[in-house]
Amino acid sequence: MSLPDATAEPTAPLSPDARPAPSLRDLFVGFLSVAVVAFGGVLPIARRAVVERYQWVSPEEFVELVGLAQFLPGPNIVNLAVVIGGRFRGPVGALVAVLGLTLVPMAIVITLGALFTRYADVAILRDVLAGLAAAAAGLVLAMAGRMAETIWRRPTVHAAAVAFAAYGAVAGLGLPLVPVMLTIAPVSVALAWWQIARAARKSGAP
Amino acid sequence: MKVDPIPALVAHFLMISLFAVGGANAVLPEMHRQVVGAGWMSDAQFAQAFAIAQASPGPNVLVVTLIGWHVAGLAGALATTLAMCGPTCLLAYAVGGAWHRFRAARWRRALQAGLVPMTIGLIAASGTLLAEGAARSYGAVALTLVSALVLFFTRLSPIWMLALGAAAGALHLI
Repeated sequence: MSLPDATAEPTAPLSPDARPAPSLRDLFVGFLSVAVVAFGGVLPIARRAVVERYQWVSPEEFVELVGLAQFLPGPNIVNLAVVIGGRFRGPVGALVAVLGLTLVPMAIVITLGALFTRYADVAILRDVLAGLAAAAAGLVLAMAGRMAETIWRRPTVHAAAVAFAAYGAVAGLGLPLVPVMLTIAPVSVALAWWQIARAARKSGAP
Repeated sequence: MKVDPIPALVAHFLMISLFAVGGANAVLPEMHRQVVGAGWMSDAQFAQAFAIAQASPGPNVLVVTLIGWHVAGLAGALATTLAMCGPTCLLAYAVGGAWHRFRAARWRRALQAGLVPMTIGLIAASGTLLAEGAARSYGAVALTLVSALVLFFTRLSPIWMLALGAAAGALHLI
């Protein structure tokens, strides 16, 4: 999973009128086709579908929409479906896109969960699940690493300090998320503001 | 448990969803803390639910569906999923239009630049706690490390590492 460069200036304007707007059915089928083949991360698959196959949004728009989906609370890919569906077909479009994305995978995950619970006594299934869990944990670590690459490209002390503070508070100290976020987020945003302001002064911008 | 757990589940995931900047993976430790703390699931059950959700196609928020299902059946699954996605969807819809208008605004860029490193730290914390939950043997730890390194350094689809994990488990290597 890749992250858009948060400090970069966005580029192309949004122009949904330039392309034929997808119908409700297109939205449902489109997001369904993304969801059922997306294992361990939907975003790369979603990009291939909505940018390349269906051409609902341009590559630049996609980066911007992902930035928005990640900034907003809630599941990123669900937020992305809401924004894309809503842009073309209003509230109903947003709903249809989200249902396309979630309904069938929900049925699948519940079926798998039921099967695993039903046969939980079978030793080999427990072992398979343990192996899956270990591999899945690695997947999340790799995702954090991939996202951190955007920081390494232009390293700042503040970004590294914020990342380590959030990590240490939750993983090291086991603190609850809400107070941790309410403490770190304002400080981090203020530091970013100050940094952007300083960069603007240096480059002579107003 | 005699008390109907669904209201508590809904309240829990409503709150969690509003802090899920960076997606469901960023709030896994908090889910774990509350779900295991409430006695709804054990450590291992939580790790397994996450594994099943990862092994299924679809958004990784489905771990929430599975937690709800585990605690309170189908009604629980629907309730937790709706609590986790409903309000944030409304917010995303409302903000969707405005976000683009303010794309050059300094506050918008500061918000984005400020929240990204925090999200990264939180997702790394999730990975660490999941790895601890899954680390029942040296084999499991090794598998986590291999999976993390391969998926970080290559563009291999995650499904292959999940398949490797399942195979290693079936062969009693974990």
